[in-house]
Amino acid sequence: MSSAAALPAPRARGAAAPALSPWGLAAPLGLAYAAFFAAPLFMLFAVSFYADEQMTRFGLDQWRRFLFDSFHWKVIADTLLLGLKAVAATVLLGFPLALVYRAASPRWQRVLLFVVIMPLLTSVVVRTFAWIVILGREGVVNQLVLGLGLAAEPLRLLQTELGLVISLTQIEMPLLLLPLLSVMSRIDPNLMDASASLGASPWRTLFRVILPLAAPGLAAGCLLVFASATTAFISQSVIGGGRLVYLPSMIWQQAMIAAHWPFAATAAIALLVSVSAVIAVIAYAGRVAGGRVHG
Amino acid sequence: MARRRSASELSYGLVIGSLAALALVVLVGPILIVLATSFTDSRSIRFPPQGFSFRWYELLLDEVRSRQIHRAVGNTLHVAVVAAGLATLGGTAAALGISRVAGKAGRLADALFMSPLVLPGLAFGLAALMYFTLLGFRPSLELIIAGHLVVVTPFVLRTVGASLSQLDPALLDASRSLGAGPVHTFRRVTLPLIAPGIAAGAFLAFMASVDNVPVSLFLSSARTDMLPIRMWGMMESTLDVRVAAVSGTLILVAFLLMLVMERLTGLTRRMRG
Repeated sequence: MSSAAALPAPRARGAAAPALSPWGLAAPLGLAYAAFFAAPLFMLFAVSFYADEQMTRFGLDQWRRFLFDSFHWKVIADTLLLGLKAVAATVLLGFPLALVYRAASPRWQRVLLFVVIMPLLTSVVVRTFAWIVILGREGVVNQLVLGLGLAAEPLRLLQTELGLVISLTQIEMPLLLLPLLSVMSRIDPNLMDASASLGASPWRTLFRVILPLAAPGLAAGCLLVFASATTAFISQSVIGGGRLVYLPSMIWQQAMIAAHWPFAATAAIALLVSVSAVIAVIAYAGRVAGGRVHG
Repeated sequence: MARRRSASELSYGLVIGSLAALALVVLVGPILIVLATSFTDSRSIRFPPQGFSFRWYELLLDEVRSRQIHRAVGNTLHVAVVAAGLATLGGTAAALGISRVAGKAGRLADALFMSPLVLPGLAFGLAALMYFTLLGFRPSLELIIAGHLVVVTPFVLRTVGASLSQLDPALLDASRSLGAGPVHTFRRVTLPLIAPGIAAGAFLAFMASVDNVPVSLFLSSARTDMLPIRMWGMMESTLDVRVAAVSGTLILVAFLLMLVMERLTGLTRRMRG
């Protein structure tokens, strides 16, 4: 270490990049975000405070119109519930898959990872289209059900919330799995052996050892699924159909068909605020559950 | 005691095993079904497909009858290449900067830059439409690029940030103590080590742009049509069998790209984080 004194003093601690200050390096992206992200969102807020459709004067009219109509509250509730149902369904199927992944050999882990990422890189529109083929009147499910004599006439799955939740389960599951698989692979297998040798059943080990350790990854995954499912406009409109109204279709309708920007902006902020609130709760729950173990 | 233990082991294996199997079927099944359907010989989309033909792919390649689709594909690729390129440059620089800021400020900057990932994309899409329109811009591919840039940058930040956190500081110290300047250290040590992370991020950003709906939904127009929006239109009106052929093409392209990226960057490992 004595020789270090003879060397020229390093200019920047941990100099991963040359000669530029950390904030200087982040500045170009920061400016792009300010111009194309922060400013548009600010504009969205501003537009929601126009009182009239022609945007001639300011006022709280749109907010009053939005908040004092129980229909809009029902739409908000339906949107958030749809997100929660998607989260529940993806966890029900995705968590067991993550457990299998944890126990698999490295070779099979790679195969499983590939299977999870492949749908993620296949366009959301393609995945939505797939479910039309599967859930339609003459779709795969109905052919099976009719062929096995389980029903006398085709089931109605498209344009129902059940069909939409089934589709979202597949469409969003990779988003749950990526962070979940990442924490699963970091869990020390010795803990499972210890739990078993102390007489715990696999179920007890699952709920008392694995689940708390996986909580941060699970929360991160749930968060992404919720955010994506609540804003999945194309899946909602193509599979859910016109009779199921969620905030995204309402926003699109108001902005592009009715050309009522102030009201569309108000609805968009309602989506932003309500989704962010639920996301904050999920993130907090993940931190609490994770903190108890990791902290 | 031993009997009870094995019973619970059996129920555990059965329940977890069958749910995981169902998860795999649900994940992969739809993609295989679309792929098979796209080779149908009939005018309706059904599974199992009737007959085998490339007729819908041929129609898709037809310069005249699929002109709109071709234009949408061209626009989509143009936007994705430029948006992912800019996101890779800006995102890599920002990740390098943030990695050197310790404590709260660094975490806050990171959270801000990552926020488009969890923010409802649709609200941002509408915000971008209002912003650009009220500033007097007419619909153009450049505006779509600006919108996509924001929503695809988090992918670059995540993969580059992960590579940087795995970078052994001892290597940088070694390079410095051997007399290398910061520029030399960056070019010969840091950059080669984080290059796979940058490549993986660029790839994910590109795919996210190609796939983007919420921003394109509001910013695209008849002239600046984007592929996902066109496909949505084809699905909403009469169910055009070409949707199956476009889907089949996208699935095959994604599969091939993923194999290539896996070879080059170990993509799956990187995405697991």
